[in-house]
Amino acid sequence: MIQFVLLISRQGKVRLTKWYSPYTQKERSKVIRELSGVILTRGPKLCNFVEWRGLKVVYKRYASLYFCMCIDQDDNELEVLEIIHHFVEILDRYFGSVCELDLIFNFHKAYYVLDEILIAGELQESSKKTVARLIAAQDSLVETAKEQASSISNIIAQATK
Amino acid sequence: MASPSLMDSLFQRSLDDIIKGLRHQQSTESTFISKVIEEIRREIKTTDLQTKSTALQKLTYLNSIHSIDMSWASFHAIECISSPAFAHKKIGYLAISQSFNESTPVILLISNQLRKDLNSGNEFEVSLALDCLSRIGTVDLCRDLTSEVFTLMSTSKVFVRKKAVGVVFRLFEKYPDAVRVCFKRLVESLESSDSQILSAVVGVFCELASKDPRSYLPLAPEFYRILVGSRNNWVLIKVLKIFANLAPLEPRLAKRVVEPICDHLRKTGAKSMVFECIRTVATSFTEYESAVKLAAVKIREFLLEDDPNLKYLGLHGLSIMAPKHLWAVLENKDVVIQSLSDEDPNIKLESLCLVMAMVSESNVVEICRVLVNYALKSDLEFCNEILGSILSTCCQNVYEIITDFDWYVSLLGEMSRIPHCQKGEEIENQLIDIGMRVKDVRPELVRVGHHLLIDPALLGNPYLHRMLSAAAWVCGEYVEFSGNPVELLEALLQPRTSLLPSSIRTVYMQSAFKVLFFCVCTYIEQKEDMTLEVSDLTSKGECSESSDLASAKAPVACDQDEGFNPRNSSQSYEDPSVVNGGHGHVSTSAFMEETSFTRESIVKLVNLMELSLCPLSGSYDVEIQERARNALGFIELVKRDILSRLLRKEANSESEDVCASTIVEWLHDAFYEDLGPVSITAQERVLIPDELVLKENLADLEAICGNVELTSSCSFSLRSPYYGESAGVSFSNHQVEEDSEPSTEATSLLTEHRRRHELYYLPSEKNETITTANDYAPATITIANDYPPANYPSSGINTNDDSQDLVTLTNQSLLPKRKPNYAKPRPVVVKLDEGDAAPVTAKKPEVKGDLLSGAIRDILNEAKPASSQSNPSDKSSIKKKGKEKLNVDLSDSKEDLAVREQPNPENPSSRRSKHRGHGKEKSKKSQREEGWGWKGRWW
Repeated sequence: MIQFVLLISRQGKVRLTKWYSPYTQKERSKVIRELSGVILTRGPKLCNFVEWRGLKVVYKRYASLYFCMCIDQDDNELEVLEIIHHFVEILDRYFGSVCELDLIFNFHKAYYVLDEILIAGELQESSKKTVARLIAAQDSLVETAKEQASSISNIIAQATK
Repeated sequence: MASPSLMDSLFQRSLDDIIKGLRHQQSTESTFISKVIEEIRREIKTTDLQTKSTALQKLTYLNSIHSIDMSWASFHAIECISSPAFAHKKIGYLAISQSFNESTPVILLISNQLRKDLNSGNEFEVSLALDCLSRIGTVDLCRDLTSEVFTLMSTSKVFVRKKAVGVVFRLFEKYPDAVRVCFKRLVESLESSDSQILSAVVGVFCELASKDPRSYLPLAPEFYRILVGSRNNWVLIKVLKIFANLAPLEPRLAKRVVEPICDHLRKTGAKSMVFECIRTVATSFTEYESAVKLAAVKIREFLLEDDPNLKYLGLHGLSIMAPKHLWAVLENKDVVIQSLSDEDPNIKLESLCLVMAMVSESNVVEICRVLVNYALKSDLEFCNEILGSILSTCCQNVYEIITDFDWYVSLLGEMSRIPHCQKGEEIENQLIDIGMRVKDVRPELVRVGHHLLIDPALLGNPYLHRMLSAAAWVCGEYVEFSGNPVELLEALLQPRTSLLPSSIRTVYMQSAFKVLFFCVCTYIEQKEDMTLEVSDLTSKGECSESSDLASAKAPVACDQDEGFNPRNSSQSYEDPSVVNGGHGHVSTSAFMEETSFTRESIVKLVNLMELSLCPLSGSYDVEIQERARNALGFIELVKRDILSRLLRKEANSESEDVCASTIVEWLHDAFYEDLGPVSITAQERVLIPDELVLKENLADLEAICGNVELTSSCSFSLRSPYYGESAGVSFSNHQVEEDSEPSTEATSLLTEHRRRHELYYLPSEKNETITTANDYAPATITIANDYPPANYPSSGINTNDDSQDLVTLTNQSLLPKRKPNYAKPRPVVVKLDEGDAAPVTAKKPEVKGDLLSGAIRDILNEAKPASSQSNPSDKSSIKKKGKEKLNVDLSDSKEDLAVREQPNPENPSSRRSKHRGHGKEKSKKSQREEGWGWKGRWW
């Protein structure tokens, strides 16, 4: 089971955090601090696995971003690497050659994509096409709602209520 | 009233604005954030859901990226999810799944909204609710929403169904009773043709089976079908994990499954799949030689790859295999050793583990030499990893693999000198431990300790202070083996000891005291001897010659009076060169020279001691002060005596002599007791004397202490640690000495006291028994006094165990370089029977897990008669029933349909039930029945 997912930039900035096991806010900050210390200092030609507090962290660097997933001791490291790659490919398809800025400005969308890929710390959808379709459908739902809400008459109606 | 709201809505900062703002105002990030938070606090209170949700989104962003607390906004998040607009809902759910936890107070409020969304016609709303539930589900939520999830598990929409299946794990985990509702449908989903659903179900079973595999044995046929039928690697990896958990429980299952796994291993191209197969074989199919060999071949392929990931995993696979199939490690020895110098610290660590796994009695010296050389060249972190693993491997099972303790002790010394070494504490423990356990190594230990003490570099390294304190203690405690007590004393009193923390400094002082005392003691004994010989020869001219003679005897002579002294090694009496084994002849003569103290040298020592301790007697640290004063007090007593002798060189006054030797004798008594290892359960083994009446009102303590077992067929005597003698040492001395009365006053006082107050002493005759760890030795030895038993079969204790181990180990060891023969037999290592290690407290299984597995077993066995009891260990009956079953299968398929409803093959009674149980069963999908029935032919 995947315990949590972290996206950290090369400079140590957090870009996304998703916790599948309960961690308090304090623990979260500590985990992020500890792990970015461990992972960012590792050289480029080293293996992608780090043992950490009895768990394992699988990470992979794409451009300036480190994608990290923390898994149990007996989970399959290579499988998780594939999940990370899967996630990146879907992001890439969704944003159109994704870069760090896309994730910075659309942080919630990155979450939505992740939610379609993982549930309860397990992979739920291995088809990129399906994920893309689902995300697009939800986006259109959101858009229609937004259009309604942002129409000026609506705002005025709200405000003068 | 309306205007701020309008302003908020029209001019609210969007998430983009905040992100841009943060990016452009790096310097004042915190002030910017606090400003934004202020805005959010205002905005989030509006009634306009659009404004509210935007505020919430901003807050979620700040929470997840900048770790800003958002627990105060939990109620607003709930407001957002109750919005009809999907966009608001989505923002609300994101906020909830990021920030809610079990202790969030408003969590109960979302129960209704979740139910509403789970029942929604919009599949995306359903999906949002399911995602949320999977993340934050509490016991209450899971209980309330079980039926909704159950319904969703059979919906036609694959998208929703797979999520519902994914959520089930959380449901079971939190609310085990959900099993009764959902489990059947979950099992049915194993039949699903949709790969995503199958993947989700297998994922759930994988998690469940890793917690309590036994409950899922009945489902083995289903998993087997997937294992041979599926081509989806995501699914197969999970199924392999399930089998890795199930196979050890049921040998016939393992037999059945091993072939398909090997098939996958041969055919698959995906590395993740290959590795999963390797891991499965290495953990759970270790008995299947061919499978293990195949896995080893694949591991070898991994190891030879350039990809560091595969290399790491290859090494990891080897370390899983190592405990049962060391040959696989030895085959890849070249790669493993090579990996020690890999640039990746993780790979280095793995290979270090493997190298340590290869250590055996025959190659420990070689390997440690290689590793210490590596450690010298490594960086600080890895250097200490190496040292740590050497230390922990060598001390396993009371130094099981160490044969040559002299070597090991000098290795400890060598390790302390490695500049990066930070293992002072561990080395400290081992130095003292070895000193107490292994009598034969003490001379070497003192030599090594001495060298460590005079090494000027070590005092400056705070990590090594603990080690130094051990060295000081050892040198003080076993000073009789020291070649040069004078130098030792100087080392202990060197001014740089002020660098040490006070706790360690006190150890130094105490040791210095012991050394000084030893010197004085030797001197006085030597003096007495001399007078004796002088009077014998009645010639005063031969003083110089006889003093040489006396000094050779001196270290022994001082102990000889107290024949019972366990510290008095018999070797030293018989063959002084053994004592100084490490030094050879040169040092033996040095030993003689040094220990022949002249008055001048003693006075010099005493003065040195006085000089160094005087300033400390006013120390603010009470320990230091106390010890300094103790030592000074002793010096005061002795000095007067010795000085007076010095004045009256020729005129030997009897009374003065008596005075000196009395002091020395008394003090000698203080130090004579040898320290042995003490079992941590020693206290428990003391039997409560019959006469002792415990207070009645303490009786209820028994409930608390009741689980502390008093299993002492063999108790451990604290007072007389017995060091079994190695072969070749004659016991004649002891026999002679055995009957002699304890001569010192203190001991006789003690005996007297004991005689008078027998009640308060431990019953010595009954209980002072010692069990050596060696099975060949007599189980218990009754010790009347402090003597080792005279007629103890020395060959028996000389570790027959070890020689046998040696044979097997040398047979096993495939390492080319090994030391074929040992110059000397392994010295005896004192072991306590069982109290050496801290007792391992068994982990209690989680209550929840119990509930869960109980519920699942109930479900799986629900069709069988209530009276039956599961009896998993009854293998023979299973087999028998299985055969019976086979016959029935062939003959009467109608009746069998009923039987197939009881899927638990572990349960004999479920088989039995087929004769009475049919007709009871509910009809199920024919598919299912085929599934179970097929299993009938399975076992």
